Amino acid sequence: MVKRETLLEMFYLMVKVRRVEERLLDIFAQGRIPGFIHVGIGQEAVAAGVCSQLEPNDYIFTTHRGHGQAIAKGIDLKRFMAEIYGRRDGYCKGKSGSMHIACKEMGVVGSNGIVGGGIPISLGTAFASVWKGEKRVTVCFFGDGAANEGTFHESLNLASLWNLPVIFCCENNGWAQFTPQKVYMKLENISARAGSYGMVGVTVDGDDVLKVYEEAKRAIERARKGQGPTLLECKTHRWFGHFAGDAQKYRPAKDIEEARGFDPIVKFQRFLIESKYINPEYIKTVEAKIKSEIDEAVSFAESSPVAGEEELFNDVYV
Amino acid sequence: MKEIRYIRAITEALSEEMARDEDVFVIGEDVGGPGGAFSATKDLLEKFGEKRVKDTPISESAIVGLAIGAATQGLRPVAEIMFMDFLTVCMDQIVNQMAKMRYMFGGIYKLPVVIRAPCGGGLNAGPQHSQCLEAWFAHIPGLKVVMPATPYDVKGLLKTSIRDDNPVLFIENKALYAFKGEIPEEEYLIPIGKADVKRKGRDVTVVATSRMVHQSLEAAKSLSNEGIEVEVIDLRTINPLDKETIFQSVEKTSRLVIAHEAVKAFGIGAEIAAMVCEEMIDCLDAPILRVGAPFVPVPFNLENFYLPNTEGVVQAVKKVMAY
Ligand SMILES: Cc1ncc(C[n+]2csc(CCOP(=O)(O)OP(=O)(O)O)c2C)c(N)n1
Ligand SMILES: [Mg+2]
Repeated sequence: MVKRETLLEMFYLMVKVRRVEERLLDIFAQGRIPGFIHVGIGQEAVAAGVCSQLEPNDYIFTTHRGHGQAIAKGIDLKRFMAEIYGRRDGYCKGKSGSMHIACKEMGVVGSNGIVGGGIPISLGTAFASVWKGEKRVTVCFFGDGAANEGTFHESLNLASLWNLPVIFCCENNGWAQFTPQKVYMKLENISARAGSYGMVGVTVDGDDVLKVYEEAKRAIERARKGQGPTLLECKTHRWFGHFAGDAQKYRPAKDIEEARGFDPIVKFQRFLIESKYINPEYIKTVEAKIKSEIDEAVSFAESSPVAGEEELFNDVYV
Repeated sequence: MKEIRYIRAITEALSEEMARDEDVFVIGEDVGGPGGAFSATKDLLEKFGEKRVKDTPISESAIVGLAIGAATQGLRPVAEIMFMDFLTVCMDQIVNQMAKMRYMFGGIYKLPVVIRAPCGGGLNAGPQHSQCLEAWFAHIPGLKVVMPATPYDVKGLLKTSIRDDNPVLFIENKALYAFKGEIPEEEYLIPIGKADVKRKGRDVTVVATSRMVHQSLEAAKSLSNEGIEVEVIDLRTINPLDKETIFQSVEKTSRLVIAHEAVKAFGIGAEIAAMVCEEMIDCLDAPILRVGAPFVPVPFNLENFYLPNTEGVVQAVKKVMAY
């Protein structure tokens, strides 16, 4: 059985990711953030179930919809927020924004704006772990849409061939931008592809954090023991549009409504209360703690100076 | 000094750098036992073992991606892409990932990746195995592009490229692989970004790259018999471009010809010509001429009509002299 401490940590992470993204939608709508953002509201169980059991020096690769995984991996919310605001105190000096956040110290190797672009790079950190005789694992997150990129095929084959310690975590939210899965793929379960690479593949209910946790645990253990990669497909639901501000005109209202019915936080919270791990008072405390963390992060970000012109020419070359 | 082929200069550079630095490894298709399609990695597997000589599936994006990820963790990969033409199938990894990771992540990574790939025609290899695409990559901030013409430059520059903390595209010329030249017995390095005056002359500056360096030297020799003294500059590195050496020479000669094997249109010749016009047009006594390939795919059986050659350089030089 999962330890109480871990359960509470996952609950905290899920609520934190949700509230951060809700706040981001809010401040984005007010025009306070440059560029554009993609939120994963409704998908929090995947990030929490996987990242809560990673070591700080394990590696993760994320996507354009990567806030949740980075937060769950343990990055500092203040510097994360400052980065999204494009400010100097951000993790990448304000040069990455929402879509390209990276944090070396916490093993967030990089988020990627190219669908499937991070998958081949994740082979490299896994390769380096083996090379150095370290036990660090790599988790490469990507979407259902990314599973149709050629990089998916090349990378899964090579990872399996070389037994690399990587978990390919496909966060299947049923949509690739404005197109639902059944329109672009005959398969129902993307994990079915794993067999063709000689790799273990599993599909789990990605809205059930305990199930995600359980399968991720197996995959991580296999990787740490040198038993090779896993394709872990987590079926979840995207509540909002592809990007913040997307009115989802292409999507039936019923589908959106149904997606919200799978709320992973509601589900987990019910379990925790019924099993007497927490009570409504506890939830209030967690919410209050998270609210103050977010307030602090936002004011930190807003008071950090905007990246200046002197940064324009920095970091093109060493 | 000793005589060595261009291809073996590559092998020596790889072998010396792998012996010097345990973090260097080579990765690519057939690079292990077979020693690569052109034998550049010959015997490296026996010398350094399977850990450091990685044979891969035919998966160029995976090869380059793995190299990038490994480089973020301090390893120093040298990836071989069998033909330069095949870089097009892993362009995202090179252009959107490798070239931009340092900048967009605010300088948190060094990416000491070398990608070696041969360019060029002359082997009747057809349109998909003969291109010179250096201008594409020189156009991308974050990449360095090296393109040597002689065994001496190949060895010195490859060693430097491996030691460089930035991504380097190292463009070899497969028509030159058998070309012989002298190199010192002892170790030497050549800096990236430094052109080399391969022949001194007062009348016309010819800036050339890769195989066209040799054609230009031949042209210079025959023009000398007619009393025209050509200065031949071998760029060696496309980016960063050695403006200073070019400008100094043009200041002296007031006439400029640029010769490359790539398609003339939109090539690096255009960049150099524009640069000289922008900054020193008053020095020029004649229009700048470019020698390059016509705007057609590299033909399989019509290479004689296609490839820029010595005669092309001779004609261009005569034209600027007659102006
Ligand atoms: C190579 C590439 N093609 C297309 C896009 C545009 N694009 C951005 S996200 C996206 C959908 C990706 O879907 P999925 O992988 O399922 O991730 P999700 O957005 O659902 O998290 C598309 C088409 C892109 N950024 N990169
Ligand atoms: Mg999706």
